Amino acid sequence: MTEIVALEALVARVTSGQSLAIPVDGAGVAMAATAALLESGIRDLKLICVPISGLQADLLIGAGAVASLETSAVSLGEAGAAPRFTAGVKSGAFALRDSTCPAIYAGLLAAQKGVPFMPIAGIIGSDLLEVRPDWQVIDSPVGEARKVVVVPAISPDVALFHAPEADRAGNVRIGRHRELAGLAYAAKRTLVTVERIVDRNLLETEDSAAGVLPSLYVDTIAVAARGAWPLALWDEYPADEAEIARYAAMARSEDGFRAYLSGFLTHRKQVA
Amino acid sequence: MSSERERREILIATIADLLDGIRHVAVGASSPIPAAGAMLLRARNELCGKPPVRISILGSQAHNFFTNGGIELFDCAAQGRVDAFFLGGGQIDGAGNINLVGTGDYPTNSVRWPGSFGSAYLYHLIPRVILFREEHTPRVFVPKVDFVSARAITPGVARRGGPYALLTNMALFDFDREAGGFALRSVHPPFTPADIRENTGFTYEEPEVVRETARPDTATLALLRGRIFDELAETYPAFARTMKQAA
Repeated sequence: MTEIVALEALVARVTSGQSLAIPVDGAGVAMAATAALLESGIRDLKLICVPISGLQADLLIGAGAVASLETSAVSLGEAGAAPRFTAGVKSGAFALRDSTCPAIYAGLLAAQKGVPFMPIAGIIGSDLLEVRPDWQVIDSPVGEARKVVVVPAISPDVALFHAPEADRAGNVRIGRHRELAGLAYAAKRTLVTVERIVDRNLLETEDSAAGVLPSLYVDTIAVAARGAWPLALWDEYPADEAEIARYAAMARSEDGFRAYLSGFLTHRKQVA
Repeated sequence: MSSERERREILIATIADLLDGIRHVAVGASSPIPAAGAMLLRARNELCGKPPVRISILGSQAHNFFTNGGIELFDCAAQGRVDAFFLGGGQIDGAGNINLVGTGDYPTNSVRWPGSFGSAYLYHLIPRVILFREEHTPRVFVPKVDFVSARAITPGVARRGGPYALLTNMALFDFDREAGGFALRSVHPPFTPADIRENTGFTYEEPEVVRETARPDTATLALLRGRIFDELAETYPAFARTMKQAA
């Protein structure tokens, strides 16, 4: 059954060295849990961005918690480049597995279906095939004769995201963010933070159930109010653009990043 | 300031013209000018009774009808349901290949950009990919990219997608898929064909007489400065505000 625990207990389910899958900025990023995770001293994460990341990945990288990174991009969007990602790539701080968005979805889909790989259109001619020896170009074994790229299944040890609400049984409302369901199907364990726990049953009507990830796929839930801040959470709050810009400016230097991180961790303890 | 606004208005109107005839255009994140161009086409078609245009703007709630998560854009493109899209590049070469990864030797590149996003896939699948890069300099438009995020042409591999045009701050180029290169179509005022030659690091076809890129007419400008910038404000508030203030 899905457990509902405190935030510290939720992040204690992640151990150093595990692969951790996270969603794109604005689509339910568990920032409060990221702070708690960093506070716990997590190391050597194999981070998988689904399919890209921004502030969350940059914080984890800057804090030295990432051993390898699979992503299609890391960017702060309107606020510009992700400074710790950029510096980390140049210094070789982590193993880099450059990807392209639909290849990450395809890898998760393979895990969802319990098959070792997934064929995917396009990609041929890209240098990504040179730097991803685990991707292959094969002759289609069925149908018309054509080349097709296959990518291996991605089965993260842990998926972590933030959503507006869960009910007491552990069903989580994800709206139309179906990629969060895809994450949970593929992951061995799924941890979710929510703005609130509601007393009603989210599966009660067809309308409400359509936007819900059933508790079967959810291992642990913790409440974290404004848990995506400073990123946006749909229908709840917009991104705190000024805070993200402040991060972008401070994280340009190692010292500036340390100062930001320290404030970010303190802020979480104050709101908790 | 107003010349900056005029420069952007020419780009937006040119994008709307490049999209003429499409049914569905998708616009990636952080792309206010392409988004405005798509909205201008939609409004114009509506006003003159032409077939309606669907727009999917990533990151928007009001201008995005997808309900199946992040994968839907990519599935939709594979099904042939996306007619046009925009890609940029830290480097773009004369063969239409784009680099969104970085310069120098991979992986510890001397300059590193965010990454390839969906380009390696979408370039194969979307028929009318418009390359849009405002900075027009030899460091962007290079003879050969350092890393191919997405390749324009893949002989031996059938595809429906690829580059259609290249639009910059200075000029508009067509892409010839048979020849595998660009041809200068028009130059934005006040630039000259000589400026384009000086600032482009790859070779391209140049007609004997190079046209000037058309400035938007009065009706287009009225539409842009009213309805379009209002629509745009939901996704790109700062950009829309700047454009309206200048108007």
